[in-house]
Amino acid sequence: MIAAWLNFLIVLFAAPFLLGIVNRTKAFFAGRRGPPLLQLYYDLAKLLRKSAVISRTTGFIFWLGPVAGLAAVFCAAMMVPFGNARALVAFNGDLILFAYLLGLMRFFTVIAALDTGSAFEGMGASREVQFAVLAEPALFLGLAALTLQTGHFSLSDIYASLTWETWGKAGPTLALIAAALLIVFLAENCRVPVDDPKTHLELTMIHEVMVLDHSGPDFAAILYSAALKFWILGMLIVRLAVPVTLGHPLPDGILFLSSMVVLAVLIGIIESVMARLRLTKVPQLLIVAIAFSILALILEMR
Amino acid sequence: MSGAAFLSIRNGDILRLKDVPHLAPAEFRDHILRGVDSGWRIVSLFGKPIADRYVRLYAVMANDRQGSLSLCSADVTDQYPALTGECPQAHWFEREIAEQWGVIPKGHPWLKPVRFHEVYRFGTDAWGRDPSKKILPGVTDFFQVRGEEVHEVAVGPVHAGVIEPGHFRFQCHGEKVFHLEISLGYQHRGVERSLIGAPAKRVFHYMETLAGDTTIGHATAYAQAMETLARCKVPARAQALRGVMLELERLANHAGDLGALAGDVAYLPTASYCGRIRGDFLNLSALICGSRFGRGMILPGGVRFDLDEKNIAELLSRLNGIYKNLCGAVNLLWDSPSVMNRFEGTGTLSAEACENLGLVGIPARACGLERDIRFDFPAGIYRLAQLPVSTYTSGDVFARAYVRWLEVQRSVDFLQNQLATMPEGPVSETLAHPASETLTVSLVEGWRGEICHVAMTDKHGHIAHYKVVDPSFHNWMGLAMALRGEPISDFPLCNKSFNLSYCGHDL
Repeated sequence: MIAAWLNFLIVLFAAPFLLGIVNRTKAFFAGRRGPPLLQLYYDLAKLLRKSAVISRTTGFIFWLGPVAGLAAVFCAAMMVPFGNARALVAFNGDLILFAYLLGLMRFFTVIAALDTGSAFEGMGASREVQFAVLAEPALFLGLAALTLQTGHFSLSDIYASLTWETWGKAGPTLALIAAALLIVFLAENCRVPVDDPKTHLELTMIHEVMVLDHSGPDFAAILYSAALKFWILGMLIVRLAVPVTLGHPLPDGILFLSSMVVLAVLIGIIESVMARLRLTKVPQLLIVAIAFSILALILEMR
Repeated sequence: MSGAAFLSIRNGDILRLKDVPHLAPAEFRDHILRGVDSGWRIVSLFGKPIADRYVRLYAVMANDRQGSLSLCSADVTDQYPALTGECPQAHWFEREIAEQWGVIPKGHPWLKPVRFHEVYRFGTDAWGRDPSKKILPGVTDFFQVRGEEVHEVAVGPVHAGVIEPGHFRFQCHGEKVFHLEISLGYQHRGVERSLIGAPAKRVFHYMETLAGDTTIGHATAYAQAMETLARCKVPARAQALRGVMLELERLANHAGDLGALAGDVAYLPTASYCGRIRGDFLNLSALICGSRFGRGMILPGGVRFDLDEKNIAELLSRLNGIYKNLCGAVNLLWDSPSVMNRFEGTGTLSAEACENLGLVGIPARACGLERDIRFDFPAGIYRLAQLPVSTYTSGDVFARAYVRWLEVQRSVDFLQNQLATMPEGPVSETLAHPASETLTVSLVEGWRGEICHVAMTDKHGHIAHYKVVDPSFHNWMGLAMALRGEPISDFPLCNKSFNLSYCGHDL
């Protein structure tokens, strides 16, 4: 239990670091030095010291959005195992709660955006929900295939039971699930090719445009929630791709953390070598993720 | 176009004001409409107040294939039959005439202000607005689309990026744009009005900052006009140096635009490298005249700075290095399927629409129209060293990007040739006083497209009227049309592929 708490604290503390690595990787490809690795920590510290400016057209939903979103992703993070180590909270069926907590986070972001009454934020909310409709089944079906493969109903059990032998036994299934989860990861975290986290063009934004009106500590909560979400969805892929258990918590933990860093570098590379998709083409990409998940599920059910 | 109404001149010709063909308003209208039907296009259409209640309308038309310009004029009082209904390229010009002089083009389909300033003739406001109230930009009627699920998105005048102010109104159905209306005028300074009475020292600075990124383009057009009016012959070396500066300006802006286009589709490598390379090109301008934007280089009568052998050698070697880098960065674009997927088929304009709207510069050439002042109406160095016209046929974002790239390659060629064979001699000539009661049309192909300056002098040889047409003035309507039926999320990309000037339009 102490180890689980410790791991949870590490996640809470280390999550913003990954985005620093993504940005540094992108900077490398762009021939720049890039922002400091700890930039997001500085940003959070700065925002927390500021006061929030709240539009007169908004109601309580507007300030509730970031707080509720942070709470939801916080709870979801408690359910995510730290590599092969059990999560703080684990029970049969926790993966359903996990997926819906992420859904709840999105729900609050979206209604807070709609609350502003701005045309931009309405557009962003509409896009976010449209893509979520396709990203959620991909995530769900992928997790269902994993459940069928391992015979466990809890994220902690599923991921603890994954080994290299599982890959030998059901390689195609796991590869399909990993691919589906990677696409979901890119979509949910607003990365290229689905969204461009660095753009200043409101008309092209999805996630960023929904939070344009937030400022100060509210905005810090949003940035931090996004970093946590990046971590917990990333973990689902990392442990699936590198199911190595060394047998001792310390080397296991170090291996897991370095795999997370590798994932961040990979995301940075993806963002550097390709352009964004046309917005109308994003659903096609997400349908590919659904197809991968369904195929994995069928492979497991035959 | 033939008969008495037809006066053919060349770029940089001088003629006496009284030689400009004078027609009755109905004839004037017919003349323009017939001209447009037979391959001519409107370069400039403007009013100039004359005695009491009369405004004299001038039309400058161009026939690109024949390389000839034509001029005609007509006197009107408070209204005349509008051209726009039959000739859409007059649309913006007629709105401008109504706004400036209170002369109403009767039957204009969408008559509203262009720049939101007070009328220049007292008591003649075309919309009958209260003269005691301040006119605010953007406060006017906009097109509206009604119906279920139709929504309106208003963007600007304050934008998220560091760009100029402009207001965009989208009528959307979901993500699809039915109609875009662009409202400008936030940067109106009244440049044309302040030129009256020139030559004055201050004028030149206005010209260099008409559109800040087209310093050399507008300054050259003005200098050319002044030299023609003063019948001054510019030394060959100065002409070559002007060409070098103009092409450097083109290179810097094209490199920057290609990078910005990559940035808009989140394609990182080209975006970053081109941003830097643009600066390298600007530094070449700085090497010649000490200013990255070429401020202070052009002088009526020549140029202010000469290049010695050492600087020419350095310029050439730096140019080669920069060009090599640029090739690497830009070819990445064409080789990336994900980028091509975004560029191709986005914001497509047909050649027909282009022709009807009278577009110029890159958007026109990207539709396959061969319109390039350097080729059709060459002046200065371009008479000796002609550049081929770079065109592409698809009329989409890709075409506009690719035309830029073709032009970059040809400009680099041009620079290498010119720098290797610079004519000898002085770089400037003293300018006499302009001839009285004359007129000249000065055309320059700026990096954005055709720049047209029309200058007229009074009986003392001072500027009596000065008309500037920046390429943006023709092309903003093209952007609005290119967006019809496109997803609203592609607007920034389309906008960047046109990259029009706000202050060049607003003057």
